[in-house]
Amino acid sequence: MSPLLSLTGLTKAYPGVVANDDVSLSIAPGEIHALLGENGAGKSTLVKMIYGLVKPDAGQMQMHGTEFAPGDPRAARAAGVGMVFQHFSLFDALTVAENIALGMETPPPMRALAARIREVSETYGLPLSPDRVVGDLSAGERQRVEIIRCLLQDPKLLIMDEPTSVLTPQEVDILFETLRKLSAEGTAILYISHKLEEIRALCDAATILRGGKVVGDCVPRDTSAREMAEMMVGSTLATPKAAAHDAGDVLLSVTGLSVGSPSAFGMSLKDISFEVRAGEVLGIGGVAGNGQDELLAVLSGELPCRGGMVRFKDRDLCKDGPEARRGLGVLSAPEERLGHAAAPNMSLTENAMLTGAAREGLAQRGMLNWAKTRAFAERIIAGFDVRTPGPENAARSLSGGNLQKFVIGREVLQKPEVLVVNQPTWGVDAAAAAAIRQALLDLAAGGSAVLAISQDLDELMEISDRFAALNEGRLSDPRPTAGLDVEQIGLMLGGAHGMEVAHV
Amino acid sequence: MDLSAINPILLIAAMIAAATPILLAAIGELVVERAGVLNLGVEGMMITGAVCGFIIAVNTGSPTVGFIAAAVGGAVLSLLFAFLTQVALANQVASGLALTLFGLGLSSLMGQSYVGIKPPRAEATPLGPLAEIPIIGPILFGHDLMVYLGLGIVAATWAVLKFTRMGLVLRAVGENHDAAHALGYKVKRIRTLAILFGGACAGLGGAYISLIRVPQWTEGMTAGVGWIALALVVFASWKPWRVLLGAYLFGGITQLQLNLQGAGVAIPVEYLAMSPYIVTIIVLVILSADKSRAPGSLGRTFHASG
Repeated sequence: MSPLLSLTGLTKAYPGVVANDDVSLSIAPGEIHALLGENGAGKSTLVKMIYGLVKPDAGQMQMHGTEFAPGDPRAARAAGVGMVFQHFSLFDALTVAENIALGMETPPPMRALAARIREVSETYGLPLSPDRVVGDLSAGERQRVEIIRCLLQDPKLLIMDEPTSVLTPQEVDILFETLRKLSAEGTAILYISHKLEEIRALCDAATILRGGKVVGDCVPRDTSAREMAEMMVGSTLATPKAAAHDAGDVLLSVTGLSVGSPSAFGMSLKDISFEVRAGEVLGIGGVAGNGQDELLAVLSGELPCRGGMVRFKDRDLCKDGPEARRGLGVLSAPEERLGHAAAPNMSLTENAMLTGAAREGLAQRGMLNWAKTRAFAERIIAGFDVRTPGPENAARSLSGGNLQKFVIGREVLQKPEVLVVNQPTWGVDAAAAAAIRQALLDLAAGGSAVLAISQDLDELMEISDRFAALNEGRLSDPRPTAGLDVEQIGLMLGGAHGMEVAHV
Repeated sequence: MDLSAINPILLIAAMIAAATPILLAAIGELVVERAGVLNLGVEGMMITGAVCGFIIAVNTGSPTVGFIAAAVGGAVLSLLFAFLTQVALANQVASGLALTLFGLGLSSLMGQSYVGIKPPRAEATPLGPLAEIPIIGPILFGHDLMVYLGLGIVAATWAVLKFTRMGLVLRAVGENHDAAHALGYKVKRIRTLAILFGGACAGLGGAYISLIRVPQWTEGMTAGVGWIALALVVFASWKPWRVLLGAYLFGGITQLQLNLQGAGVAIPVEYLAMSPYIVTIIVLVILSADKSRAPGSLGRTFHASG
């Protein structure tokens, strides 16, 4: 079959880095083609060129055998290319129908558009009401908005950038059904993901990028996840291993925690109770927006709670703010790297000071000890393989994965007694994720209590001793991880109820 | 105290006229802010419009040509702001303040030889028999064209923002400029056009003061109306009809308290003078208790990247 899209020798350089170097690949109609690579391997740049957001420095693209050089996304859309972004490009204050109309060249009148949205969403099993305001939707529903926006234009090629990172297993199944249906209808799909098992289940072919170059092709069904991961990284991969250890005393206990969310779009926590013991990793799973941010905020001390709800050993933490808790050894690393875990425009040294001051003795009587702080930042950079020219660089100049390694490393190196992390490996490539997980396991083995909140179930299965699910602000009873299967976890996550009829 | 000296019909008609400059400036700024740009230079664009309109009206003898010149003058000054913030990517707050200071200085330079001159009078709109209706006639149908134009701009702005694709794209750019860029919309071009519209409206508002309300040229004669308009947009939750309500409330109470001062009411002048600000703020704060919020990208500089 003649290829739908073929790329030949695409090259794109940015100052100081070649993002794509002589990349060639071709996609047949109806093919689901995976694009694999670590963070910074050049996947995003490549798809941005196909979608007309970036112009290649050299090389050619052909669509159906004719020259294809989209000057902007409109041209790409007109040629039949649709793209679902990793970070949704949606407008919170507008409705679903308005958001979809913005992505179309010649949208029909709103009433007709709403009818078409209902029709397409039912055909592809993606229920969605056109009148709802996007700010009120869950991550899974937001993704449906993006997908339907693309589908309404009958794309010949659909680009999906990390589509499953925010979905429950059941939602992933629904998405895959939709994608297979599209593929059967002749729509080609270019699928970017870090999740190799998903690629093995879904994709017909895969192209692997490393350092901006194509380093290999494979048929995912016939290749093991480990082999693909090693092609991506270019070396053998170490699986995180937990050292044998016994659970010790209860370090953190939460009893009957109920707290309203400070944000209008947030979720209040309802009657949450659990304990974390020394030497143990407790994993909390769940889809974003079910109270993860609020739980972290209560435990870090940002969100006040009533007396007796949160205890560290025998001490009631409710009167202690974040700084006092850090002094006691209760540390946390929130999900949002820029703006919450780190101040974007401050240097890594300054960011190291921000949470490390108390436990590392970086400030005395209000005076800052910059030499010591810089040494601390350098220890983090060295210990966690943070790729940056030095600690004087601003946090925002780091890639997401590198900054994540820095903020996790910053807390781990302070030797916390209790560490609470939210999405510790979000957007981080396989090798770095393995390193972060290993660090969390080592921390637990050293006698700390670790609470890991994550949407990545494979990750939680890998590192946690016990698992609990957070759904609609309620926490299920924690169960030992050994022996849990995906089906049971899905039920714990509340995925069984309401995905098909979700808010329609 | 002699309240009988106040003619209620003339008072209400004057209230509507008093609200018009604020209304024009505020509706322009509303469009600018819905596109995600905070232009604090409203006062400067108003006074520039006031002096441009005055000079051209005096020289041509036509208030209509004067108003057109005022809109052009305001828009040209706003182009400077658009250049600074959209091309040079300067900070919007600082650029807006600079625009106000620059406009005040420029206008007094331009208007030096026009102090003390009377501009040509703008005629009432010929609405024929409508103006003859008792009571309603003089209140609603005895105004100059600009009053109706102001109302028309508010209605048009509301309709465009709510029902048209142009309005949807404008709101999208103001809500999330990165997402709009990713969808292929020309963020800078749309914003520049919005800024020009805001400048033209502010210029019209200024000329309404120099050609109709006062009517003469004095330095700094807009006297803070631009700042009121800016505040009004925020308190009106970026909604056109609330801007209209706020402008009429503010203009109306300003006119009322002037009349009350003239009638010698036994309330200290200072209290009367502050009343428009207090009443307008209270009413609009109560109205804005719903969930409406500022455009997501308001005041943020847009860097096209990637």
